[in-house]
Amino acid sequence: MNTSYRIIPCYTGDVSGVCSALFELGGMVVIHDPSGCNSTYNTHDETRWYDHDSLIFISGLAEIDAVFGNDQKLIDDTVDAALNLHPKFITLVNSPIPYLNGTDFEAISRIIQQRTGIPTFYIPTNGMHDYVPGAGMALAEIAKRFVAEPEEKKADSVNLLGVTPLDFAADGSADALRDTVERAGFSVHTCWAMGDTLETLSHSGEASVNLAVSAIGLRTAQVLRERFGTPYVVGTPVGAFSETIFSAIRKAVETGENQFPLSERLHPTESGIFAIGEPVTMGSVLAALDLPGTVLCPLEDCEALLNPNTLSVVGEEEAESALKDANVVIADPLYRPIFPKGAKVIELPHEAFSGRCFRKTMKDLFNIDYDALRKEASL
Amino acid sequence: MLRRLGPTVRTPETAGDPLFPQKLEFNPPVHENWNIVHIAMQIPELHQIYVCGVNCMRGVVLTAAEMAASDRFSFVLLREEDVVDGTIWEATRDGIADVLRKLPKLPPCVAVFPVCTHHFMGVDMESIYRSLEQEFPEIDFVRAWMDPIMQKHGLPPDQRLRKVMYDPLLPLPAEEKTVTLLGAEFALESDADIRRLLSKNGYALRELQDCKTYADYLHLAEGETFLVTYPGGTFGITQTAKRLNRPCLYLPMSFDYDCIAASLEELTDALHLKPLDTLEEQRQCEAALANARAVIGDTPIAIDMLFHPRPLELTKLLLRHGFRVTEVYLDAVDEAERPALDWLKANAPDLELRSIILPEQRIADRTRLEKTLAIGPKAAWFTSTPYFVNVVQGGGLWGYAGIRRLCDLLIDAYQNEKDTRDIVPRKGLGCVSCI
Repeated sequence: MNTSYRIIPCYTGDVSGVCSALFELGGMVVIHDPSGCNSTYNTHDETRWYDHDSLIFISGLAEIDAVFGNDQKLIDDTVDAALNLHPKFITLVNSPIPYLNGTDFEAISRIIQQRTGIPTFYIPTNGMHDYVPGAGMALAEIAKRFVAEPEEKKADSVNLLGVTPLDFAADGSADALRDTVERAGFSVHTCWAMGDTLETLSHSGEASVNLAVSAIGLRTAQVLRERFGTPYVVGTPVGAFSETIFSAIRKAVETGENQFPLSERLHPTESGIFAIGEPVTMGSVLAALDLPGTVLCPLEDCEALLNPNTLSVVGEEEAESALKDANVVIADPLYRPIFPKGAKVIELPHEAFSGRCFRKTMKDLFNIDYDALRKEASL
Repeated sequence: MLRRLGPTVRTPETAGDPLFPQKLEFNPPVHENWNIVHIAMQIPELHQIYVCGVNCMRGVVLTAAEMAASDRFSFVLLREEDVVDGTIWEATRDGIADVLRKLPKLPPCVAVFPVCTHHFMGVDMESIYRSLEQEFPEIDFVRAWMDPIMQKHGLPPDQRLRKVMYDPLLPLPAEEKTVTLLGAEFALESDADIRRLLSKNGYALRELQDCKTYADYLHLAEGETFLVTYPGGTFGITQTAKRLNRPCLYLPMSFDYDCIAASLEELTDALHLKPLDTLEEQRQCEAALANARAVIGDTPIAIDMLFHPRPLELTKLLLRHGFRVTEVYLDAVDEAERPALDWLKANAPDLELRSIILPEQRIADRTRLEKTLAIGPKAAWFTSTPYFVNVVQGGGLWGYAGIRRLCDLLIDAYQNEKDTRDIVPRKGLGCVSCI
């Protein structure tokens, strides 16, 4: 059964994905949940919780309120907190029981917005999906609601989309990404959503191209494409693969067409080389290592990113089966129990999988010496 | 003079019932309490299986990973179609069975944790257990829950877990002069009054923390009397003792001399023991408290409810002995603490009772102008101090010896900095932590 897991963990959930994506934007996120969602998120999925005062709360939903459909408590408590804390926006997030109840979050959002005067919106999670759709929908909603019509496009300017600690947890990763892109002669206009404010993001329409560096960024790229016609590129500029990404950015600007440089890496899948995880970063890492291999994608919302080098897997059993003949595996260390004996392993801890278990040794993808890594693994 | 207090602060005088209203909840980055995964892992050889959506699963599966116990933890993910199509019974039952078949060796005991969703879908969990017991007759299935939606108007999951985790204990002949103490996550300190009193009278004390194998655990049923000291364990252990037809004494953790004396007397009378010299015990406590006060002086002290189930009794004890307790972090006042609160109303009008979870606490000022001594990790975080006593849930402190041990801990905390940033986010104090 692909729903039963013997030993490996699951990925970060959709609720945490929303919280992570919106963490730095000055809003208030309210998870309509009894308990646990906030603790799970801030313990395992959020590197910034100890040092930064982001307004993320749970409603503390009780059985009696769920059974009798008492939405008033959620409304009153949210309004009360918002009037005390003055967030720039309010986001409501769903969890399993309100999902089962069919709680009308759209209506609740409108009531809260009327009572507070603060933009309020709902992200339709339910706690049963992984972080990619959660974070992706959250950032896309920001793009729909808060990005202004540009007065002009700025040449060679790039928005970095899909940047959260869930995929880029190593200290300094977001800054390293900016540096990488700027060293190539581009101007980083905004970064969604680490290091920039909501106000900064609201100018994203001015950029000449969008770079989705993870699957999280794709929905936002599509919204910005639809709203402003901005073309996008999908890929993570790591190691030698950066040059391919930068060429794709230039081509996108010239042609106005979206670019998928990972799809152009056609390799036979029988190489025995596998990378597991978020498909954009792991596909880019394989490219940086110049290895012909297959990306096993265990995440949702990635259909548009699948290509001949990518295999979608659901659950531990399918992943273990796909890896049975692997010679080389690039993955988070918590995948080890399902690797075949004798496979060479390159460990790349991934926050959205192993949480903080390996946070102290988390690698900054933009500062890895990929040649050395390849030699280290004797490839 | 009227003081202006924000929504997150009460004084003893303004402390109503409830102490604070139930609003949105903030979760501070302090995770040293034990959760249901840590608690259940105490049973040797037990395997845990959770059945829930991915977002709920994440916290428990990584709890197991951080404590290097992934090989004793499995799960079944619920999907939308399971709840929408009405197949949640099959998804749960078949998923658990599938996990068990994949294990390299069947464990003697499996704790299954369904969730809020199972309640709301009306899933007949008992029929699932019957079916599993038929297929796996060699396994003891513990009927646990991870259903926090039930906790506002009933017992929280951890308290119910401290009952069901002892359901596999079967009635055994009582072993003479053996007492079983259960319900707390920390073994009693080596010099705790209960331990000394029993030892002095030739009694053996058994605790879950002593068990190395599942067979050891099953022998816990042999105690001729059951004891419980942690309030979160009283429901479970009282019920277990009743089922096993054993007397059970609740001897609460306390910082009140009279309460401690009453508990010791109850134990002494029940087992016909030679008593401890309580006056001498108290005299030693007074000396230890005076010594600690001399070292710590007028340093402001902050206390939290994670440190001990009776933070207000502790506050009263310290204030009575000249310490300068300025703030206590708690969100509710337990009924057992009402006398201490009454004392504080009369004697400590300026004491600040601060909420931990109200949303405004996210942006509370955590800087302190003076060196602050915190008792408990949440108080340490809220006051940004490296000087703190790192104990949760009362630790193994009990009785007069517990007060004396506390004095040692206070002095040590006052004199030696700790790395608060590194320590307090770790889960389950005392468990293995890989982070």
